[in-house]
Amino acid sequence: MRRVVITGIGLLTPLGWGRELTWKRLLAGTSGAGRISTFDTTDWACQIACEIPFKDGRGHGSAEMEGAFDPDAVMSAKDRRRVDDFILYGIAAADEALEDSGWRPETEEDRCRTGVMIGSGIGGLKPIADTAIELKERGVRKVSPFFIPSALINLASGMVSIRHGLKGPNHAVVTACATGAHAIGDAARLIKYGDADVMVAGGAESAIVPIGIAGFIACRALCTAYNDAPERGSRPYDRNRDGFVMGEGAGVFVLEEYEHAKARGAKIYAEVAGYGLSGDAYHITAPAEDGDGGYRAMTAALKDAGLKPSAINYVNAHGTSTMADGIELGAVERLLGDHAGKVAMSSTKSMTGHLLGAAGAIEAAFSVLAMRDGVVPPTINLDDPEFESPIDLVPNKAKAMTVDVAMSNSFGFGGTNASVVFKRAE
Amino acid sequence: MSDILERVRKIVIDHLDADPDKVTEKASFIDDLGADSLDNVELVMAFEEEFDIEIPDDAAEHIQTVGDAVKFISEKTGG
Repeated sequence: MRRVVITGIGLLTPLGWGRELTWKRLLAGTSGAGRISTFDTTDWACQIACEIPFKDGRGHGSAEMEGAFDPDAVMSAKDRRRVDDFILYGIAAADEALEDSGWRPETEEDRCRTGVMIGSGIGGLKPIADTAIELKERGVRKVSPFFIPSALINLASGMVSIRHGLKGPNHAVVTACATGAHAIGDAARLIKYGDADVMVAGGAESAIVPIGIAGFIACRALCTAYNDAPERGSRPYDRNRDGFVMGEGAGVFVLEEYEHAKARGAKIYAEVAGYGLSGDAYHITAPAEDGDGGYRAMTAALKDAGLKPSAINYVNAHGTSTMADGIELGAVERLLGDHAGKVAMSSTKSMTGHLLGAAGAIEAAFSVLAMRDGVVPPTINLDDPEFESPIDLVPNKAKAMTVDVAMSNSFGFGGTNASVVFKRAE
Repeated sequence: MSDILERVRKIVIDHLDADPDKVTEKASFIDDLGADSLDNVELVMAFEEEFDIEIPDDAAEHIQTVGDAVKFISEKTGG
């Protein structure tokens, strides 16, 4: 059986541009939340989000800020007109992941054995919204030729393949907030099955736009009680939580067949040991109350990994800061049984917000970095826990501990569930 | 005519991020200035906007150089 390992990680998140910077700020318990900077939210129920800090000031960034995102360093202004931000973010994270991995396919064979699977939950919402207005107000001849390619979800994978000459499988996952986890799991399976030796895989999202925020407000999914204290808004498991805070960005892995990585002397972060999927068959936005869908995804991932629940040290929870937090927690307790007291589970969405289709990818990265550094990130704003649990929810402060096996959960609208298990590569 | 040329050149330089020295009357959008077929569509839309004219699709297909654009626009606007 072919094994799959992680040899590169790229992150562009509300905590900053770059893997190590994001990780450092995450361990320090930094919130990426602020008032929405790119459009007027006066009188909107939700006025906060976790935006990427840009060098030009967008997202509360600045030219002096360490790790502020500089799109000019990624693509020219001309090329950026062809892509929505989610594609730009995906490209930036993929660049970092490939650089980190040291994998630069030069021969035709190597190019054909390297594929891309970067998904998105929603894709180019902004061009869709803007073009709809343009069409209505100015007519069919005013629709940009770049509208469709800038909005299509698989164009993140397409653009990354064009940029780096990657001619292997080119695919994209669309499973709402489970997208990033599904992309990593599915890409790993493509490698196991022999379709590719290397996959650039993850998720990207840029839904902090008027129609995105308005839509999730209508779903009653967003945090509305902390408009005057954005940094306190995302508070998973806390009694005073009232909805998720939207984030944006991208997380991308370079996944590689183990022998392929070893042969070129690549640095190996961890092994993608197991992957499990399930469906709730219950409701369009709410998870089934018994948490059975999540439980089955986690059970399947462990079975795939050939591991018992007692092997798990750390769980990166889906934990969105909504009513669903308790449902997932119950399912994880059921999975772990007597072992629950030895496990740490945190929701890093307390700091990054909920990156929707990118969430599973950045959280998989955090799980792997926790393994690398022997420290698990905290759940911040957990001041008044609603639940009594034997599981350590790592309130407010990172915790040093050995992590040999980590699990990352992601659940999406429509009742789609994915769980990925990582273990230390021997 | 020279006014039209300058306005066309400015659009081409902005949209294609092109080196101003290369944007001569003879320059082909695709062969000399790095455009692709979608860029050409967008350029034609920008010319329509700038000069407040309509460029039908069959005419647009023949606008491949800066000079082609200037010629078409001059005839259309009587400039």
